[in-house]
Amino acid sequence: MRAVENLYQDERPSPLTPLPQAGEGNQIQNPSSKNMPNELTWQNTGFLEEVQRRSGTPVAACFQCHKCSSGCPIGPDMDLLPSQVMRLTHLGLEGEVLTSQSIWMCASCEACTTRCPMEIDIAAVMDALRILAVERKADVPDQRGKQFNRSFLGSVRNHGRVFEAGMMAFYKLRTGELMADVDKVPKMLAKGKLSFLPKRSGSVKEVREIFRRAEEEDKK
Amino acid sequence: MKYAYFPGCSLESTAWDFDRSTRAVCRALGIELEEIPNWTCCGSTPAHSTNGALAVALPVFNLQKAQAMGRPVLTACASCYARLRTANHEVRNEPAQRERVQRVTGKPYDGQVEVHHVLDVLVNHFGLDKVRQKIQRPLSGLRVACYYGCLLSRPPEVVAFDNPENPTCMDNLVAAMDAEPVVWPYKTECCGASLSISNSDVVSRLGGKLVAMARQAEAQCIVVACPLCQLNLDLRQADARKIDAALPETPVLYITQLLGLALGLPAAELGLDALSVPADSLFAADKCCCCSEKTAACPSTSRGAS
Repeated sequence: MRAVENLYQDERPSPLTPLPQAGEGNQIQNPSSKNMPNELTWQNTGFLEEVQRRSGTPVAACFQCHKCSSGCPIGPDMDLLPSQVMRLTHLGLEGEVLTSQSIWMCASCEACTTRCPMEIDIAAVMDALRILAVERKADVPDQRGKQFNRSFLGSVRNHGRVFEAGMMAFYKLRTGELMADVDKVPKMLAKGKLSFLPKRSGSVKEVREIFRRAEEEDKK
Repeated sequence: MKYAYFPGCSLESTAWDFDRSTRAVCRALGIELEEIPNWTCCGSTPAHSTNGALAVALPVFNLQKAQAMGRPVLTACASCYARLRTANHEVRNEPAQRERVQRVTGKPYDGQVEVHHVLDVLVNHFGLDKVRQKIQRPLSGLRVACYYGCLLSRPPEVVAFDNPENPTCMDNLVAAMDAEPVVWPYKTECCGASLSISNSDVVSRLGGKLVAMARQAEAQCIVVACPLCQLNLDLRQADARKIDAALPETPVLYITQLLGLALGLPAAELGLDALSVPADSLFAADKCCCCSEKTAACPSTSRGAS
């Protein structure tokens, strides 16, 4: 057995092959990202502050442990992982974040919020980013999530409750996805799960007033 | 035990069987439900994705109605439950939000109306001992995967309901029916929820994964406590089978439907005919209780006979 001090004087070559170096023709690719920029530069745009104010949560506290991304059920379908959304928001890169599909793919399952060691409410950040993307008219590549929300809330505004058949008709017209899920309709009708008549709440007038005032509040 | 009942939009349409079985089970157990008059939508995910004031004002409008009734709220929909609880949480902890909501709804609200999920009421208020006494038809040998999904247990500081990573209340309720809750790892994985409409391919993938895991854990059926979980696992199971053709047909019941059966209530009162994958195979008299084979064909039954 070698003496302990000799451990630090071992001149033998390492058995491991050298790690790839960043450089021409030898770019280190982040394996999970489709939209993550290669070079990140901090931009003081006030974007981070705006997201933190709206979500009420400290995005800048993120230290990239990737716990949110590892547990995200939608991760494989995202162009930016939740931890990458946090990073880009921290760096103030508004364009990259607000045009990403990820913010619309988030299912609000709250797994990330529950598990974040820094107690960042990541699901609330996603909410704030969706709201900002609509407000700032960001170029959203896939309109389906946005149009679903619009159709759903339009139905609530009109009837006080969701009227599924009406909501789906508006959604299909807005997205052009006319044939999606039509195979489900006969079964849903037979099972009494779809009705062609809305079930209106008696409080629909108050609900419309709530919508109007909430929109005013949002502009403040 | 008296509650102000908030059914929510899904329970009027795609999940009418959840509504019917919740009412039937509560009636059978002497839990009195009075529907909140003229209740309105809680706003669900589209509201909190669109407008922060609206996301809290819509639930608060209903909580104000419940406050006038002087009863705690009982709801069966996991999304309504999470939105009502979140509204209470924000009104209690954020003075600015409380003032904003008062301006939007036109009325003050203090965030003090209690909100409970039907599962919480059955397990923690009514109590498992009393449930056990009421069981008329023990579901002995039935292997069940209890699927909690996301919003019943997350985020824990808002819903404060059960362990967020390993909830057990539904397992305990299933055990009280003398059925066997299987151990499986996807209890709180997400089914894709409202992506069901905008990204149905994602939902089929996630739903298929869940059903496959329940089957690997040797469950014969899945029980849920959320209308979107049920829709995504049951109605969309056929879509999941397009990805994985070997995925066995697996009934997905609401916990209240399973409890109703154990309480001896007739199937019609529980809306069992609304399931896309019928549950008949689990209960047919000539079928084995352990593998849904014909009794004579089941290896464990024939072993038992020899």
